[in-house]
Amino acid sequence: MTPNPNSSIIFENVSKFYGEVLGVNRVNLTLPPGVTSLVGPNGSGKTTLMNLVTGLVRPTQGRVSVLGLTPDEPEEFFRHVGYCTQFDSFPKGVTGFEFIQQSLRLRGVSGPEAARLTTEAIDRVTMSDAAHRRVAGYSKGMRQRIRLAQAIAHHPTVLVLDEPLNGLDPMARSESIALFEALGKQGLHVIISSHVLHEVDKISDQVVLMSYGYVVAEGQIHGVRTEVKEHPMQILVRCAQPGLLASRLFAHDHVVEAKLNNDGKGVLVRTKDADQFYQLLNKIVVEDDFAVDTVSPNDDDVNSVYQYLIGSGGGTV
Amino acid sequence: MSTATIARPRKSFSDLPWQLWTSQLAALLRMEIKKTLWMRRSIWIYLLAFAPTVMFGIHALTSPMGRNCSIEEDTRVLAYTFQIFYLRVGIFFGCMGLFTWLFRGEIVEKSLHYYFLSPMRRELLVAGKFLAGLITTSLIFSASVLLCFTFVYGHFGAPGRAFVFNGPGLGQLGSYLLVTVLACLGFGSIFLALSLIFKNPIIPGIVVLLWESFHAVAPSLLQKFSVTFYLTQLSPVTIPPDGLMALFTVIAEPVSPWLAIPGLLFLSAAILVFAAFRIRKTEISYLAD
Repeated sequence: MTPNPNSSIIFENVSKFYGEVLGVNRVNLTLPPGVTSLVGPNGSGKTTLMNLVTGLVRPTQGRVSVLGLTPDEPEEFFRHVGYCTQFDSFPKGVTGFEFIQQSLRLRGVSGPEAARLTTEAIDRVTMSDAAHRRVAGYSKGMRQRIRLAQAIAHHPTVLVLDEPLNGLDPMARSESIALFEALGKQGLHVIISSHVLHEVDKISDQVVLMSYGYVVAEGQIHGVRTEVKEHPMQILVRCAQPGLLASRLFAHDHVVEAKLNNDGKGVLVRTKDADQFYQLLNKIVVEDDFAVDTVSPNDDDVNSVYQYLIGSGGGTV
Repeated sequence: MSTATIARPRKSFSDLPWQLWTSQLAALLRMEIKKTLWMRRSIWIYLLAFAPTVMFGIHALTSPMGRNCSIEEDTRVLAYTFQIFYLRVGIFFGCMGLFTWLFRGEIVEKSLHYYFLSPMRRELLVAGKFLAGLITTSLIFSASVLLCFTFVYGHFGAPGRAFVFNGPGLGQLGSYLLVTVLACLGFGSIFLALSLIFKNPIIPGIVVLLWESFHAVAPSLLQKFSVTFYLTQLSPVTIPPDGLMALFTVIAEPVSPWLAIPGLLFLSAAILVFAAFRIRKTEISYLAD
C-alpha cells in the first residue's frame, strides 16, 4: 500500500555530507504514526536523520517531507513539529517557565494562552516545583525534562527526541517512557533515538537500525528479526517436561539447538524457521497431550537485532 | 516523486500571515531588546558610548557659565567628537560588538536552534534581531549624544539656551540624533551580515574599519559603498579639512541629504537582504563553530 504522504514522514533517497564526511547516505524511509526508535552507535547518523526531519540541516541530495510539509513553510511545518535536541543549552538567565513561555510567544501564541500551555507542559514532565527557578541551577535530568516540556508545549503531531532519556533518574526515565508511549498511542509520530535499547524496545512500534550513515534495517522489530537469516531465532518454551520436549525437537532439521534452560523448567530452542517450529510445537502439544506453560521469542528485541546486525559486524537482512 | 512535492499555489500578498508575523516580531523584539540592553557583554558598549559624556560633563562643571570657553569653540569640539569619536570609534565598535553577537552569540551559546525550530521565517528572525540591535544601539548612543549636547550648551546659561532654542542648536541636535540612528543602521547591517559569513568577524571588522576610515582615497563610485560617506555629509557642523583630519572629513563629490539618506537606507537594505538569503541556508552545526 502506498503510504499517505500527508500522514507520514518520508525520506526520499536522502544523503547528507558535511564536507567530505558522511552524515547519512541514500536513506529511503517512510515512518508512519507511532513510536519509531532510531538505534545505532555514535556516529551512525541518528542525529543527522533527526536534524534532517526538522530542517536544522538540509539534505545534500534527496528530499524529506513531514506530513506533506517541508521546513520551507515554517509557519505550518513547525506548528506540527516539536524537537528536543541533544544540545544541553538554554538562552541565558531564563527560568524553566520563561524558557517555554518565550518559545510559545515566538510561535505567535498570546500571553495568557502561552502561560496556560507552559503550565500544562511543565506539569506533564512533573517540573512544577522548579518551574520558576533559573535553568542554570537545574540538574542535568531537570534540564532534559524542561527541554522535553518545551518540545511538547505546543501539542505537536510529530515529536522528535534525541537521546531523551540521557541524564534522567529511574523514576523520571519511567515517567518519560510512559509519556512517549501515551503520545504514540494518541497517533503522534514520536521519533526517539536512544542507547538504552531495552527501554525503547518496550514502547517502539517500529525501529530503524543505523550504522555508518546507512539504514541497516527498518520496520517492526519482530519483522526485522525474522529477516535476519544468519542468526537462528531463539524461542523459550516453558513446560513441565523440558527434556522430553528437547528430544522430540532434535529430530527436525530446522531446529539448530535445543537446550535446557538454566532453571530447568524450559527449553531454549534455536531454529532456522520459526513458523515451522511453531507448527511442530502445536503438533506435539496436540498429538502427545504435552503441557506447555508459555512460548516466547527470546531474541526478537531491539537489543538482539542490534547485536546481530551492527554489534557483531553486521548481517544480511 | 511523492505527492508532497506538488507545488503549492503562491499566496497573494493579503493572504500572507501578517498577524502571525507581527506577533512573532513583537515577541522577538521583547526578548532581544531585554537581552541586548542588559547583557553583561554590553557593559563596555555603555562605557564606550558614555566616555565623551563624562568628558563634556567635567568640562561643564569646570567651566560654569561658559567661563574660559565659547559656544563656537564648544560647537566645534562637539562636531569633532561626533564625527571622529562617535561615528568612527564609538558607534562603529559598539555596533560591531552588539550586532556580530546577535547570531554569533546564539551559536556560541548553542541556542540558535530554538529560533530555527519555531514557526518563524528566518528572514523575520533577521529583521527582528536587527531591529532589536538597532533600537538598543540607537538608544544608548542617542542618549549619550543628547547628554553631551546638554552639557555643551547647558553650562553657558542664557546664551546657551538662546543658541539651542532660538538659534541653530535644536536643528543640530536633530541632525546629530538622526545621524546616530543612521550610523547604527548602517554599521549594524554590515556587522550582522559579517557575523553570518565569518566565524570570527574581528578580521573582516578591521577591514571594514580601514575602509570606512580611508574610503576618501577611493574612486567616487566606490565611496558610495561606505556608510561614513553618507554620515559625514549629514553631520550638521562641518569640520574644516585641516592637516590629517582632511583624510577623514573631505568629501570629493558630496550628495545632497535627500540622496544621502535614501542612499544609506538602500545600502543597508541590500546588506540585510543578503543576510536574509544567507540565514536561509544556515545549518545548525555547533561543533563546527
